[in-house]
Order: sequence, then C-alpha cells, then structure tokens
Amino acid sequence: MNRRAIAGGFFLLVIVLVAISYGIDGLQTTAVLSGTVRAATLLVLGALCGMIGERSGVVNIGIEGQFLMSAFVAFTVTSMTGSLFIGVLGGIGTGLVLGWALAAMAVGLKIDQIIAGTVINIAAVGLTSFFFDRGRSLGTAKYSGIDLGPLADLPLVGTVFFSRPPLTYLALILVVVVHIALFKSVWGLRTRAVGEHPGAVDTVGVDVIKLRYLNVTIAGGIAGLGGAYLALESVGTFSRGMSGGRGFLALAVMIFGRRTPFGAYAAALFFGFTTALQSQFQLNSTFDIPPQFVGMLPFVVTIIVVALSGMFGSTRDPAALGQAYEKG
Amino acid sequence: MSEILLAARGITKQFPGVLANDDVSIELRSGRTLALLGENGAGKSTLVNVLFGLYQPDAGEVVIKEVVSLAGPEDAISRGIGMVHQHFQLVPTMSVVENIVLGAEPSRRGMVDLVEARERVLELSSRFGLEVEADAIVEDLAVGSQQRVEILKALYRDADVLILDEPTAVLTPQETDHLLSVLKELTAQGVGIVFITHKLREVQAVADDIVVLRGGKVVGTTTPTETDQTGLAEMMVGRSVVLRVDKAQATPGDVVLSVTDLVVDDDRGQRAVDGMSLEVRAGEILGVAGVEGNGQRELVEAITGLRRTLGGSVLLSGKDLTSGSPRTVAEEGVGHIPEDREKHGFIGAHTVAENAVLNRYHRKPFSIRGLLQRDRIAEHATKLVEDFDVRTPSIETTVATLSGGNKQKLIVGREFSDDIQLLIAAQPTRGIDIGAIEFIHQRIVDQRDAGVAVLLVSAELDEVLGLADRVAVLYEGKIVAVLDVADADRERIGLLMAGASA
Repeated sequence: MNRRAIAGGFFLLVIVLVAISYGIDGLQTTAVLSGTVRAATLLVLGALCGMIGERSGVVNIGIEGQFLMSAFVAFTVTSMTGSLFIGVLGGIGTGLVLGWALAAMAVGLKIDQIIAGTVINIAAVGLTSFFFDRGRSLGTAKYSGIDLGPLADLPLVGTVFFSRPPLTYLALILVVVVHIALFKSVWGLRTRAVGEHPGAVDTVGVDVIKLRYLNVTIAGGIAGLGGAYLALESVGTFSRGMSGGRGFLALAVMIFGRRTPFGAYAAALFFGFTTALQSQFQLNSTFDIPPQFVGMLPFVVTIIVVALSGMFGSTRDPAALGQAYEKG
Repeated sequence: MSEILLAARGITKQFPGVLANDDVSIELRSGRTLALLGENGAGKSTLVNVLFGLYQPDAGEVVIKEVVSLAGPEDAISRGIGMVHQHFQLVPTMSVVENIVLGAEPSRRGMVDLVEARERVLELSSRFGLEVEADAIVEDLAVGSQQRVEILKALYRDADVLILDEPTAVLTPQETDHLLSVLKELTAQGVGIVFITHKLREVQAVADDIVVLRGGKVVGTTTPTETDQTGLAEMMVGRSVVLRVDKAQATPGDVVLSVTDLVVDDDRGQRAVDGMSLEVRAGEILGVAGVEGNGQRELVEAITGLRRTLGGSVLLSGKDLTSGSPRTVAEEGVGHIPEDREKHGFIGAHTVAENAVLNRYHRKPFSIRGLLQRDRIAEHATKLVEDFDVRTPSIETTVATLSGGNKQKLIVGREFSDDIQLLIAAQPTRGIDIGAIEFIHQRIVDQRDAGVAVLLVSAELDEVLGLADRVAVLYEGKIVAVLDVADADRERIGLLMAGASA
C-alpha cells in the first residue's frame, strides 16, 4: 500500500472519530478542536521555518529563541503604538534579524550550526527577561476571530476553521505558498539542491552562500510571525519564557511531517491535539492525578512519536545538513 | 587549422607550499581532443579549475576567443565552457532533468517549466547520441549513465568546450569505450575537448594532441602518433619506467583466508556483500576486480573488523575471526592497507614515529607497563623510514604534511614490518605517483614470495591484472567468477564486471 492511501485512510478515520465525538458532546469537542488549531498554528510556523533552513542544509535550533524574542518585540511595539498590525511587523522584523544573525554565524562564519542556534536561544531568554517590563500591558484587545460568512455558521468546522483570527489564516496560506515555492519554483529546486549537494549548485554558477543567507533569513521571518502570533493572537500578552519549548517541538513536527509543508501541518494538528486535550483534561479534572502529569501529555507523545517514526523508516535527512560549505 | 576555442597562456598558480602551475600554456581547437597527461599532483586539475573559473591564476591569461578574466564558474559557463568534474556534481535525490537544468531552469513566473526542460534534454540526448532516462532519479543510475548526465548538463548550457577531469576512473572498460565513442561524436560536431587522465591507453585512443605536465610545468607537447606509451610514461615521470611488475610464478600453499557466505550491509543499510565466498592461499595474490561500489569496501571492512558482519564466517588459517575487533584481527597477523588512508590509515596530526607503531604501540617493546618507550619507537620509525623510502624531513614531522605517496609508503611499511600471514591491500596505489606505485607493487610481490596470502582490491583493472595470480570478479556483492590471471583478458573481465554471466 502506498503512503497516500494510508494517509487517506487515516484522514477518514479521524473524521469519523470526530463526528462520533461531536455527537456525544458537541461543546467539548468544539473546544478541544479549536485548541488544536490554535496550538498547531504556532507549531507549523516554526516547522516551516525549520524546514526552509534544513532543506537548504542549515539546522535551525534557534526557533525557540526566535519565537520568544519576536513575541516580546511584537508585544512591546503594540503596547507602545496601540497597533496590532505594527506589532506583527515588529515580530516579523525581529525574526528576519535573528534569521540573518543565524545565517551570519552558521553560513558566513561557519560556526557549528547547533552552537549558533543555541546562542540565539540563550540571547533571547536573557534579553527578553532583562528588558521585560512587568507593568506593561498590551493596551488593546488581542486579535479576534473573523467569520468567513456562511462557512462560519457550519456546525463544528465553522468554529474550528472558519471563524479564526487573521494570523491563523495567514499561517494556512503560508503552508500552501511554501509548498508551491519548495516543489514547483526555481528557488525551490535550487534550495533543495543546495541542501543535498551544494557543490553541484556552485559549479553551475549559483551562489551557495548567498542562497543560504537568503533562506535562513526568510525562515527567521516566518518564525517571527510565529512569535507575533503567540503574543498578539494566541495569548494576548507577553510573559517570561512564554515560548515554553514549542520552538523545539516545531522541529519534531517538521521531522514527523517529512520536511514538507502539508506533512508538517498534519503533524502540527496531531501535536496540537495532544496539547488541547491535556488542557481540556485539566479543565474538567478528568483524571484524579496531579495536573503536572496531565500537562506532560504532549511531551510524552512527542518522545514516543519521534522514536517510532525513527524506527519505521523516516525520511533521509538532506545530505549536506549541518555542514558549512567550503569551495572546491 | 580550425579555430582556437580555448587557450591558457603562461598560467601560474601558487598554493601554500606548492607551485601547482608554473607558466603553463595550452591551446584547444574546435573539433579536437586535447589530452592533459600527468601524474597525480602534476597540476592537471589545477589548470582546468583555472580554465573553469574555480581558481583565479596568479599570473597568465585565459583566452576564450578573447582574453578574459573569470570571476567564477558562471563566467566560464556563459562563455561556453563545460566541465565534467572528477567527483560528479549531481544531486543524487533529484531526477535527471532537474539535475541538467539546475541553475539555468526554463521557467514561467518563477516556476520551473519541467515540460520544456524535459523536451530540451531529450532533444540534446538524441542529437549527441547520449541516452539517458530523463525521469530517473540520479542515485538509481549506474555511474556511466550519471556521467552522461554530467555531459548533457554542459551541453545544455551550450558548451563548445568540454573539460573532463579523469572521466574514466570510475568506469568499466565497456563504459569507457562507450564514453570514448561519445567524445568522438562530440568532436565531429565541432566541440573541443580537454581530457585529463593518467592512463596512457586512453590517451592513445582518444587524443588528437597531448600536453604532458609534471611538477606544475608543461614538459612536452606531442601527438599519439609521435610518441608511444613508453615514451609518454617517461615524459610523465621524468625517467624510464617499468610498466609491468616483475614477478615469478606463484607457489600457493595452504588456505590462509577463507570467507564463506559472508553477508554485510553498507552505511545506508543496503545489502553490499551478499553471500560471498572466497579463499586466499599462502604465497598467492588474489585480485578482486569490480566497478567501485559493488561491495569491495564492505568486504574489506568486514574482514578487518571495521564493519559488522550479518552472516557467514571469516576464517584465518582455520581460526574463526568473524566479527573480531580490528585489534584482534591485526594481532592474528593480518596487515591492512586501507582504501581511505586519510580516515583509516594514520592520524594526520601525529608524528611519523607515532604512526609507525599505530598497530603495535600497546605492546612490548614499544610500551612497558602502560608507558610508551619513546627511544624504541624512534628506532623502529627511523628504520622503517629508511627501508620504505618514506621522504620526510624527520620522524617527528606530522604525517598530514607528507605527500600521498609517502603517507602510503609509511602505512605499507608499518603493516609489513610485523609478522603477517595475510595482507589486505585496498586501492594500495590510489592517488600516488608512479615511483611510489612501482615501489609498493614490488613490496607486495615480495610479501607474496615470502609466503604471505594477499587479497588485493583495486579499481584499476591494470593493477589487478598486473599483480594478481588469480582474479575474482565482483558484481553486486557476489563473486561472479574466479579466473587464473593467464585466462583473464580485459574484455572478458569487463563484461563480468558489468554483470554479464560467466
């Protein structure tokens, strides 16, 4: 059986289960699935960032720091200007700068990529803690849902998919855009080639260093959007360490999604579901155990899923992943 | 005479410590093949890298119809120079078409137009008689087909000069013949070809003009009719050379190495050695012939303990060595000249003396109660350097700074100076100069005559035929035939290497 058929069968199974669940308890089901999409949006933005980097041969473990710093800047800018839109631009701008910084270290100076990413993570924690002003508030309401006309009135899916705030839609559009760009465009062909065999790209006269700089920077911008989403749409404020490990989780999502945008979105929904499920469990006090254990759910599932996907023939990494490019 | 397509005038290129090109001039005319002949390190690759814009010369001019200064390969490509690199510059996970158009993609609004790309590739392929499967993934193709993809990549960019850097190193004899006929077709259509090689046979077969390089200098310009193979070899090396190894008839004794039904996987978990059996007797050289990647590396690594065996057995004089550690194997008297000497042969940052005892440093007399005996080691190293003609400033020099030939002689010396009953020599002369090759060949034969069993693995068919007493042909992880060297002609072995049944 091919992978497409398995995925299709799995998709149908999920729909059936959701329908049954909605029949039993509509309110709870809607709440969990809304939470799933909310959590998935941040994860997929991080995964897209990681994917563009890795397809070009650059590991980005600084997504966590990119999320955190962009969330901080987006929050602060909005708080000062009163404009959510300018805040989002601030978040994206911060992501671009941090992406460029990663590229400068990993691609330009050829520092070990893991260390370069760690530098960004540490800097983000330090800087945001230092400059965080506890008394500051957003000063305006966070992004609220936009109803997509009659679609929004549909039962369940209307709430879950068609009355979301703007950045969620934007993330969905980005999934499609990155898919087309990676697999259909000239840029995508070169990007995938540069992650597999940079020498081949260099000898046909395309500048490997320039392409990697560009890609890691753009990817940073996407992570920056994720940070803005976190502060201005998902939560509506900033708190210390609010990215909470989800930048790393995004890498698991990327790998589980085989470094493809649609795969990553499916994986993000799955991980998002575990997150939403544990909040609902805690809210309902479903289990009579300390809440910390229920809160572990997404992370336990991550470990199991990543271990299993490693066992059952996961995809091959891009061949030049993690290596700085030396001419000749 | 036809038009000059490409010329180098007085090219000089200095690398740290090496004058790689010293006032080199060559000229290529349309419709002709120019062979650049020379040993490894003679400066052939440096010269073509300058012509292709990968290196900038310190002095001299590149002339492509006019004097040009090439900032990078893109400049050379746009002026009609195409290069087929020694190590293919193909993305293994992508299709043939994608590889060919990469960097010069036909596109509409930023999207790759794969339909047009495919048409143009097929058109070129039929025009020059270069068959390729347009939609195949490159890593699934045989090496010969991958090379055709590389040539098409250059032609797709309208190259009228094609530079081929050691194009036959990885080909079977039949694939080589096919390549040479493709090159003839290209020159017939007006393409000029620069053909780098150190194989004299090919020069004679394909070249119109020959330029011989030695030590970065042009030492001769000639044609195949003016100079024969012996003459060319002398120009290459700078003195008279013996192209054949002198050796007496072998007198095989008892079976020393016995490999039965061996199964080994490669790094990617694919079956590389698939139920292989072979025997090597004392006092004989068994040569393993085969296109690279048919399990040679995995076979050698499994015997020497560097790779896990999944099935079968390895016996050394009746003693079971299956899955023994590299040290156990060495202690039982197995000498190993590894294929990748930089990785498995020595420690580059350590001195000649330390490397000379790398297989024995932990034993008396070099180590007593866990302490290294520097004097003993130095004595041993000094003797080894002398006996094996290792050219090094001192035994305290780090090995990384030595030339390939001297590194190899050091390894050979180390492996031979212990009592061994089996010698495994994998690509023993790869990338070293003819002088060192002669020396190492002679030492391998000496070991054989002293009663050592020798397993020789080499990608150079000439080396196998010249040294071995029996030839085992390897194809897809199995021995497909074992022939006495007297019955082994190139044609027959070539067919077996390509998978024809015996």
